Amino acid sequence: MTELWLIPALPLAGFLLLLIGPSLGRRASSLIGAGSVGASFLVCLFTAWSFAGKPITQTLWHWFTVSNLSVDVALRVDQLSLVMILVVTGVGFLIHLYSLGYMAGDDAFSRFLAYMDLFVAFMLTLVLGDTLLTLFVGWEGVGLCSYLLIGFWYRDPSNGRAARKAFLVTRVGDTAFTIALFILATKFHTLNIEAILTACQAWPVGSALAVTVAGLLLGGALGKSAQLPLQVWLPDAMAGPTPVSALIHAATMVTAGAYLIARMFPLFQLAPDVLQLVAAIGASTLVLAGLSACVQRDIKRVLAYSTISQIGYMFLALGVGAPSAAMFHLVTHAFFKALLFLGAGAVIHALGNQQDLFKMGGLRKALPATFWTFLIGSAALVALPPTGGFASKDLILELTWASAPGARWLWAMGVFGAFLTAYYTARMFALAFFGPPHSHVHHKPGPVMIVPLILLAAGSLLTAALDWPGPLGGAPFFSHFLAPLFPVSDAHEVSASLASILQASSLASALAGIVTATLAFRRFSPSVSPDRPSPLVRFLLSGCGFDSLYNLLFIRPFLFLTRLNRNDILDSFYTALAWVAGLFHRGLSRSQTGQVRWYAFALALGAVILLAVMVLL
Amino acid sequence: MTLLYLILIPLLAGLAAWPAARVAPRAARGLCLAASLAQLVIAAILWQNTPTTGQWIETLSLPWIPQLGITFSLFLDGLSLLLILLTGLLGALAVLASWTAIRENVGFFHFNLMATLAGVTGVFLARDLILFYVFWELMLVPLYLLIRIWGGDRRVYAATKFFLFTQAGGLLLLLGILALAITHQRQTGTLTFDYLQLIGTALSPSQGVWLLLAFLAAFAVKLPALGLHPWLPDAHSQAPTAGSVVLAGLVLKAGGYGMLRFLIPLFPQAFPTIAPAAMALAVAGILYGAALAFAQDDLKRLIASSSISHMGFVLLGVFAANELALQGAVVVMIAHGLTTGTLFALAGAIDERLHTHHLDRLGGLWTDMPRMGGVTLFFVLAGLGLPGLAGFVGEFLVLLGAWQTSPVLAALASAGLVLSVVYSLRLMQRVFLGPKVGEETPRDLSAREWLMLSVMAAATIWVGLWPQRVLDASAPAVQNMQKSLSDAAGAPEARP
Repeated sequence: MTELWLIPALPLAGFLLLLIGPSLGRRASSLIGAGSVGASFLVCLFTAWSFAGKPITQTLWHWFTVSNLSVDVALRVDQLSLVMILVVTGVGFLIHLYSLGYMAGDDAFSRFLAYMDLFVAFMLTLVLGDTLLTLFVGWEGVGLCSYLLIGFWYRDPSNGRAARKAFLVTRVGDTAFTIALFILATKFHTLNIEAILTACQAWPVGSALAVTVAGLLLGGALGKSAQLPLQVWLPDAMAGPTPVSALIHAATMVTAGAYLIARMFPLFQLAPDVLQLVAAIGASTLVLAGLSACVQRDIKRVLAYSTISQIGYMFLALGVGAPSAAMFHLVTHAFFKALLFLGAGAVIHALGNQQDLFKMGGLRKALPATFWTFLIGSAALVALPPTGGFASKDLILELTWASAPGARWLWAMGVFGAFLTAYYTARMFALAFFGPPHSHVHHKPGPVMIVPLILLAAGSLLTAALDWPGPLGGAPFFSHFLAPLFPVSDAHEVSASLASILQASSLASALAGIVTATLAFRRFSPSVSPDRPSPLVRFLLSGCGFDSLYNLLFIRPFLFLTRLNRNDILDSFYTALAWVAGLFHRGLSRSQTGQVRWYAFALALGAVILLAVMVLL
Repeated sequence: MTLLYLILIPLLAGLAAWPAARVAPRAARGLCLAASLAQLVIAAILWQNTPTTGQWIETLSLPWIPQLGITFSLFLDGLSLLLILLTGLLGALAVLASWTAIRENVGFFHFNLMATLAGVTGVFLARDLILFYVFWELMLVPLYLLIRIWGGDRRVYAATKFFLFTQAGGLLLLLGILALAITHQRQTGTLTFDYLQLIGTALSPSQGVWLLLAFLAAFAVKLPALGLHPWLPDAHSQAPTAGSVVLAGLVLKAGGYGMLRFLIPLFPQAFPTIAPAAMALAVAGILYGAALAFAQDDLKRLIASSSISHMGFVLLGVFAANELALQGAVVVMIAHGLTTGTLFALAGAIDERLHTHHLDRLGGLWTDMPRMGGVTLFFVLAGLGLPGLAGFVGEFLVLLGAWQTSPVLAALASAGLVLSVVYSLRLMQRVFLGPKVGEETPRDLSAREWLMLSVMAAATIWVGLWPQRVLDASAPAVQNMQKSLSDAAGAPEARP
């Protein structure tokens, strides 16, 4: 199979066709929009079917050669990118289908599908990129589409603000990424990933270069994957339509940071300090974001913080040297989080754009299909067996425990995170589906929205089989599949008895979370909640104050300085120069009085001064 | 003689359009458009037939003032060729962009526009330094008139400021040229202003630095470098659309071209002395320009200020002076010409419809003009360096080259990539997004606008994805600069 280019080209063609716009008609737009992604999915399936374990590279064209640096636009499929393209096109196709129903009433329907197709094309370029610069094209491209789709309803300035924030914050990380590219290009005269990973093995472990490059790449990953301290953009990104949140801000783009680290993992292994930092950031992020998720009232913001927290688990896994576990969680998370977002979308849609959890309630009866699928998605998020979320989170926690001395802290944070996850998920679930109804159901989702929900729910369950824990009768298919890239090390083995103890403790903490939330919110009624939340709740609601901090540190000083300098201080030098020239001009022209007396006087005065000077010197 | 035609075609078209416009304004516009396209086609043919060896594609020498060693001599290498192509393209864009906007004094307007283009072309082709100086001044006067006559409310102030700044720089250039030629005469006994003969002039270290600074002054005003930039926002924002297009797209490039053409080849020994300072100035300009652009409340001033930032990349690339950085500087010049030139055309199109380019009186235009919004978005993205579009290749190469010279400065300059997002997205938001401001329902792009914008967009994508042709064209010139730098570094101290 050497037609890799078709995979991103099909959605790109869809985008280009949709650019023609409303003139196409709604049916044709739907067909092109979702069909192009579906077709790409079929090509991916075929690629997977014919994949024989050996990476396939396809050079599309020569981009540029300058001095000793030569860069191609090239695609490559190996185990890692194969997993990614299947997730991107598979889950992406289901979300596209769902959008056909969700966005049906929007007057910019085809613009929406066009942006979504463009996003898929860039995302596929990102994961298929054989050179870091090709990857970077996708990397920036998905950021652009994220901007376009967050701000899709452009008439509301707050959507625009959220969109710009997302673009800007990720761009900060991207700048670090770019500098890493400068170093790699300078050292190796190539940006081919395979060549870099081979060549960098010459660096000693822990060398300054390896640490610098890995640290800078991590910077890029933190921005894209909304990890501390660059996580601030993701909750606001929920301003976009819900399918966007599902596709970009849950299933695919935000996990690109984890993908980047996994892709460059051999380089990260040369920088153990950076890997420790990755783990520490992952663990802190998952706890902080989990805490914030516990108090949100907007259902999408709960899910947004939950996404940040779950990606924290992926970073934790990467940091403790378990990239295949991170990728496994990436896959299961793509399914169940997309499911939860789409389920939330169905609820929001049904209640006439109501996103406030306190104004939902009792939807169990009114929206049965949504209820059951949302239940499965929640179970997977909480990591209850037999869901995919259980299998992947369990694997991460087990490998964290086994990774290194000092990793117990990380493990404990992961288990605490499991408690938080269970708490906010159960809270959200109880508030939305149980208790007395607080809003009227306007319309129920049609089959075009229900079918993707059911398929994603099935996926949330079936992905468990990919890497079901051995002690429970499973086999690590997924880890084995990725083994050519990430060798399974024996050091990470834990005994069966220890594994069951670890499992039991994380399950227990999850159950504790569910019970706490259920007791608190079973009979919840909005009037119970105080109008003015306590300072702690307000702190968590705001995402732990990062926004205010950045506001104070960066935004206000920048705004202040730029406003101050609006009229360009450097210009005033020239204005002063012109003013002085004008002064002389006026002064001298005033002396031109035309009166002979004055001229004679000036003449005499000048002669006297001149004489005085000559005498005195 | 082809080189002479490249200059004469726009000049004669302008001369013919002046009287013709009294009878048939459309014919005058068409004539100027055809002239620009002819220039483009000739340049494209020259590009196709580029010889594989040697830097010079074509040269021409006619006697002019033999007593003073001044000749009318032109030459063309890949670097000039690229800029001639840009001149043809942007000339056509400028004519098309003012197709309906200019209604008064159409003939004289087009004469001035075409005279400016001829002057710019001459600058890119001149081999004799006096001739270069003549063209350098020639492009100034008609452009001054364009701003002075067809400009906005503060046109007198802006035009005068523009004239004074560039004139002051030009004067230093003239002194530099004369001093160089006289030094050369003292050494060899022949008075000549021929670039290729002056190249070998041996200069004492201090002489070299002073002459380099004199040349640099003129180019740094035109570019403009930080500190010498205040004329630019005023001139751009007050100029008529075609004037802004030509200013941003071509006249600024004359500054960058001058640096590439003269500074390294003529002063390879002095060059490294001032390079660190110039690079620092460039980085300061990148950041300062971006911050200045962010604060502007006027669409054209915003775009103009962003040019200071973009041209900082050119300055950085020139003085980082390795092959990557120099090639990057060339691509940044092309990319900036394509994107910023087009953004000015778009600003003109908005002004024509709504009679304002103040951001407070714009907003929500996407609703009525989604196509124009989409096209603007495209060029805004190209401006902020989205990979796959022209600007990215240039900025990446400049920064990569600068990294190899000074990692700290390159890292600081990279912060400019973040700031460019800030002002670019603010532009998009304030003009096209948000709630609609104002009562009018402007019509979306006309067929003429579609045509010109699509061509510019196609060129932007082409340079972004297939930049090798562009890089190959400028490679001989850049490699010769590398050679003279390394020769100078290896050679013993020169004595006059």
